[in-house]
Order: sequence, then C-alpha cells, then structure tokens
Amino acid sequence: MLPFILKRVFQSMLVLVVTGAIAFSMFTFVGDPIDNMLGQERTMEDVERLRARLGLDKPIPVQYFKFLNEAAQGNFGVSYRQGREVSEIIMERAPATLELAALSAIFAVVMGIVLGVFTAIRRDGFAAHFIMSASLIGVSLPTFLIGILLIYLFSVELGWLPSFGRGEVIKIGGWTTGFLTESGLKALILPAITLGLYQMTLIMRLVRSEMLEVLRQDYIRFARARGLSERVINFRHALKNTMVPVVTVIGLQLGAIIAFAIITETVFQWPGLGLLFINAIQFVDIPVMAAYLMMISVMFVVINLLVDILYAFIDPRLRVSAK
Amino acid sequence: MKKTSTFLAVAALLSSTAVVSAETLKWARAGDALTLDPHSQNEGPSHTMRHQMYEPLIIRDTSGAFVPTLATDWAPSADNPNVWVFNLREGVKFHDGADFTAEDVVFSFERAKQPNSDMKELIGSITAVRAVGDHTVEIETDGPNPILPSNLTNLFMMDKGWTEANNTVNVQDFEGGEITYATTNVNGTGAYRLVSREPDVKTVMVRNEEYWGRNDFPMEVSKIVYTPIQNAATRVAALLSGEVNFLQDMPVQDLARVDGTDGLTVKQAPQNRVIFFGMNQGADDLEADNVDGKNPLADVRVRKAMSMAINRDAIRQVVMRGQSQPAGMIAPPFVNGWTAAMDGESSTDLEGAKALMAEAGYGEGFSIRLDCPNDRYINDEPICQAAVGMLGQIGITVNLDAIPKAQHFPKITDSKTDFYMLGWGVPTYDSEYIFNFLVHGRESDIGTWNGTGFNNADVNAKIKSLASNTDLDARNADIAAIWRVVQDEQLYVPIHHQVLNWGMSDSVGIEVDPEDQPRVKYFTMK
Repeated sequence: MLPFILKRVFQSMLVLVVTGAIAFSMFTFVGDPIDNMLGQERTMEDVERLRARLGLDKPIPVQYFKFLNEAAQGNFGVSYRQGREVSEIIMERAPATLELAALSAIFAVVMGIVLGVFTAIRRDGFAAHFIMSASLIGVSLPTFLIGILLIYLFSVELGWLPSFGRGEVIKIGGWTTGFLTESGLKALILPAITLGLYQMTLIMRLVRSEMLEVLRQDYIRFARARGLSERVINFRHALKNTMVPVVTVIGLQLGAIIAFAIITETVFQWPGLGLLFINAIQFVDIPVMAAYLMMISVMFVVINLLVDILYAFIDPRLRVSAK
Repeated sequence: MKKTSTFLAVAALLSSTAVVSAETLKWARAGDALTLDPHSQNEGPSHTMRHQMYEPLIIRDTSGAFVPTLATDWAPSADNPNVWVFNLREGVKFHDGADFTAEDVVFSFERAKQPNSDMKELIGSITAVRAVGDHTVEIETDGPNPILPSNLTNLFMMDKGWTEANNTVNVQDFEGGEITYATTNVNGTGAYRLVSREPDVKTVMVRNEEYWGRNDFPMEVSKIVYTPIQNAATRVAALLSGEVNFLQDMPVQDLARVDGTDGLTVKQAPQNRVIFFGMNQGADDLEADNVDGKNPLADVRVRKAMSMAINRDAIRQVVMRGQSQPAGMIAPPFVNGWTAAMDGESSTDLEGAKALMAEAGYGEGFSIRLDCPNDRYINDEPICQAAVGMLGQIGITVNLDAIPKAQHFPKITDSKTDFYMLGWGVPTYDSEYIFNFLVHGRESDIGTWNGTGFNNADVNAKIKSLASNTDLDARNADIAAIWRVVQDEQLYVPIHHQVLNWGMSDSVGIEVDPEDQPRVKYFTMK
C-alpha cells in the first residue's frame, strides 16, 4: 500500500512542476506587463530599470526556478497591478469564492438528488418530462449567458435581487462572510444558481439514470413482492445504492466549481479568486497568475490523489496491479 | 389568493433595499484606483479617486480652462523668467484639521519628485520650490517654462505634518509591494473624506462639511459609494436596475437602450483622445508587406492615398453608432494648436487615392499587416476591420492582427509594427505634448511613441525649443509650422475623436468632463 501511495505522490509532484512550467512559458504570450505598469510618459530607461527590477529580463527557466524556490518558502511575490503581496490578496479573496462555491455545491447536490429521484420515480409524468427538457438548458447554455439572463430577469425587470457584488459583508478574523447580512444573502442567490446549474443538471441526470438502473434490479422487485412501501423501497434501498458513483462525481465536480467560478465571478462582479485571475490576465500580472494557477493545480492534484488512494482502499485489484 | 399575497410580500421585502437614498451617489465604472498614494501611479481611475479627496493647486473645467483650486492666482515672476509665483488659498484645512500652508506645497512637490513617484516626469523641469510667506510659493524651473501650470492639474497636495507623523514621507514602492499609511489612508483638503476602502470591491466617501468651498459648489452628494464593475453587461444592468445611479465607461451598444429607459439619461462630450493609424515610413523595406526591397509607406503619395481611402463618416455611422467626431489632425479639439481647418483636412476620395497610388508606382496595390488592439479604445477592432475593407478598394490588401493591448503597445514602442492603430490623449492641453511623444524622432527619452520612423532634424529642433519659448505668439507660430509639416507629410492617418458617454439617473446632474474625470463636488442631486 505504501509504495502505491508514494508512487502516486511522486507522480503528483511531477504533474505540478510540469503544469507550472507550461504556465510560465505561456506568460510570454499574454503580453508585456511593463506596458501596463508605466504611464505613457515613461522613458526607455524607466522601462529597462523596471524590467531588470522585476527579473523579467531573465530567461523563462530562470524566472520559473526563482518562482518555485520562493513559492516553496511561502512567498508568491508582489502583484504588479495592486502593488501588494499576492498571498495577502489571495487570502482576502478566498472567502468570497469559497462561500459561493459552497453554496453552489449545496444547491447542486440537494436539487440534483431531489430532482433526479423525482424524475426517476415519476418517469412518465408531465412534470418529469418538463424537468428533463428544462435541464437541457442547464447543460447546453453557457454560464455567462445564464448569468446575464438571471440578472436581466431578477435585477433589471423585477428588481428583487442585486446584479453585482457581495452586498454587506461581516468580518470575522481574517474571513469575510456574506451569510450574516440580508444583502449578503440576497447577493449570493443569483451567482450560486448560475455557478451550480451545470453541476446540478449533471448530478440530476446521473442520479436519474442510476436510479432507473437500480429500480430494474431483482431485489427491488422482491422488495415490492414483500409488500414494502414505495417510500422505503425508493429511499432506503434504491437511493442508497445509486449513491456510490454519484459521490465520486460530486467529489470531482467540487474542484471544478472553484476552478470555473471565473466566468460567474466576472458576470456578477463577485470579488473572489476568479475575478482576481481575470484581472491579472488583462493586466499581465504574472505573480498573481502564477500563484492562482499553481493553487488550482495543487487543488486538482490533491483531489485526484485522494480519490486514487480511496479507490485503492475500496478495490484491492488496484493495489495488486500497482506492485 | 393567500399564496399570491405571500408572494407579493416577499417581493416587496426583497425590493425594499433597492429604494434610492437621494443624496448617495452610487457610482460604477470598469476599473478601480490602483492606490491612494497621491504621487504613485499616474493613471486615470487613480486620479479620479484622488480628485474627490485631495486637491491640486489648479484644476481644469469641462472646457479645458484653468480653475483656481488651492492656488487663487499665479503668474510668471517679474524678476526672473524661470520662476512662477503661486498665491495660495487662505483658510483651507486638511481633513484632520491642520492648516494648509506654503510649507505643505513645498513638501508635496519634493515628495512628487522622489524616484518612486510616478508624477516626477511631469514636473521634471522644476529645480526648486520655495515658500515665500505662509501663502505664497515660488516655483523655479531649469529654464523659462511657459506651460508649467498645465503640468500641475493632477499634482495633489498633502499635509507635511500628517505625512511625517505617519511615516509616509516616501512615495510607496509600488513594484516592490510596499503598503504605506498613505496607500490606505487619506488626509486631503478635498470635498470628500474617505470612510472605507476595499481595493477592487468598494470605496465609500462622505461629504467634508468643513470644505473651504462648501458654499461655492453644489456639493449635494452626501455620500459616495464607488464600485468597479468590470463586465459591461453587468455594469449596464446595475444602472438599469437602479443599484447604481452614475456610470462611467458606458458600452456604445447600450447607449440607446439606457437613454430610452425612463428615469435614465446619457450625456456626452468629445473626449480628450484622438484615434489614428501610424505608418512606418522610416524603414528601407518592411517586414509585414509583399513588396521586396522597397517601402511603399516611405512614399508620401501612398500615405495620402491611404488617408483618402478611409471613409470616416461611414466609420462614425456604422462602427461607432454616431459616437465619434471625424478627425483630420491628431490633436483633440481643445488642445492649443488645434485648428478647425486642419481638423477638416481629411476627405474621402477613392478616385484621387487610386490615381496617387498609380503615380507612386503601386497601381497594382500591395499587401501589409495592420496591428490593432482589441481591448483599449472604443470599438478598436471593428474600426480596423472597416479600414481593411476601405483600403482594399484602392488595392491595398490588409491583413488584420487584432490583439490585447498588453501585446499591442510593446509592438509600437519596440518598432515591431509597420502599420498600427494608436490613440492619444493630451493631459497638458498643449501640442508640445503630442510632438514630444509622436513627432520628434525616437530617442530614449523623447519620441518614445513615434513608431513612424520620421526623424527630421529641423522639426526636432523646433520641438525642443517650444519648452522654453516664453513668447507665446512666436511659440504658437512654431506649433502651427510643425503641424503643417505633420499634415503635409501625412505622418499619421487620423480617424476620429472619441466621444465620452456617462450614464446617470435623472436625479443626478453633472456635465461630462473631456478627461473622464468626474468631480463629485460639482454634482447636483434632485
């Protein structure tokens, strides 16, 4: 077991280093940060002085090595755009993204399972057909369009919910939360739905098909023959057995919710990590881009690593082949 | 029935926070200030934020004329041509109650000349600033400087005592990530005080009841809530839904929609920015064309033909939806040196253009690459697309390369482009600024944005002499002469002057500032 885990950890480290190298070689194509940092009145000396100061005159591998070296010591450098420590900015922005992601995940899981079970049990009903057709919207419409449509309906036309921002937030230690104020909660609704809609439809469709599969099994028929109530059959016996693949997918999708919050955050001017990243790209803020990309790749690598290890525990065959 | 009433109750509850408080200015634009330190980052949105809380000696009104602010009057010294004398306003207090005196002015100039200051280039000619009594300062320059006041309109005054007490005498080291007291706190003389600020999220200011001009200006806004909203559609939605009542950076395609909405208005004014194409006439051969051994752009007839092929009215109507003013010279209309005659010199004449092309030996045309930004100017890429079609009519096959500004501008400054789009604003309102950057031959500290390769010794010498020519009539004659060369050489192909649009609710009253610098003390609220 231990050699398997060690091998996996080693592979994960390799993936991280390669991802970082690819990211760094891409930064040259994003543009020249110097141009955004100095006004139009700058002279060539100013440009060269700043370039040398930021280490941008060095070759890419040298810059990357310096970044890795400093990142390993917890130093991610200084944002070119905001002139503040990147780690400080990320800590400041993380609560917004994490709260949004958490709420979207809850929305996706709860609504996904409820609707999935409903459409499986009432598979021929009108409501089930309607939900299934409507769910196609969630899968096929791009996120920014859903966001704009929700803003148009609920903010512009009805005037019920805010179209941008987090509302009033309350500071608790280093964390800012929108869960404790009315405007904060209202501000969460639209972005959370926008961000979670795709995942919700995915989970719903998965639960439905798994549920239909299970309901065809012999033990369900025997349960019916024993005269158990429909409710016990559906929720105690059928749903439980559909959850195994669903839980795996949910785990993997949680990472995606955080990583893909970029578009939702841009549409709703949500002051989280995704918006920070978009700003960084436009300004060619290399330290912020590098830190964000590394953070997201660490997150995905860790999730995958945990899933792999869990599988190894569950399925002994994997352990054997790893030897 | 019961369901309906519950529904209505919830709706009423949800919408209750949307009620507008009459005196709060809820202001949004695309970007945020980068820092609050008055002498770091010489950049539009940062200056806009500072102008509410700090003040310079002089500001400009919407017509570009000087308005006395912390200085009441100023004039060149009678004794020494290198000295300007500024008389300061008396009875002005900083937000913390300290008096504003000549000592603070001397201190602020010294601070703005520090190496980390982003304002140092604008006041590079200043050699000494002296306090003469409590409310008079003398500013000495390295030679006569007739347009010195033009460079002071964004130079903010700080309190010496407050700055020293809070250890923030040095301008922040922005690139080094330094946070100082002055980057997050404000003690100015301005009409609004800082309440709270979260960078990129929200900044709140309240009216300064002790402001020296409390009774001279409307100052009807009691509280400012400033929120950057990056996405254009969300920004407009926020205005339409009433969450915001004043909007800068209006997207052109939504102007009609906003203006047509009850309770909302769009106001406009010509902006201090002109859009044009630059052509590399200096190289012996171009990399991005299909002509070997020759540079078609070196022939003035080709450059004239290109200008004649551009249909500026069509661009105005189709691409800009009426939001532009066709240009014949690369100076915005309120700049000293601009003339209506020269601004009207561009005309569309396809037959004439074709004849000029044939005369120059390019009757068969040629092909060239046009470099264009896609995120800098209003509709920049569509303008370039329109130009591609128009130039095609006189046989010039243009390959368009539209890229983000962060990649586009280095091409111009590094001479990696032969045909490019550029826009220019003139903060000093004087042609010298345009000549220094766009007409003078390229050297390390002058002509930095001149990508045309034009380098004429006579013109260079004339441009250099403008800086210290105190005879304003002679100076203006030189400016006119330099413009004549720029026009006759067709150094650039002018396209248009941008028009600036501000969206606001009907309760907000303000006229558009050509530099996109709203000053909230002038706002009225109904």
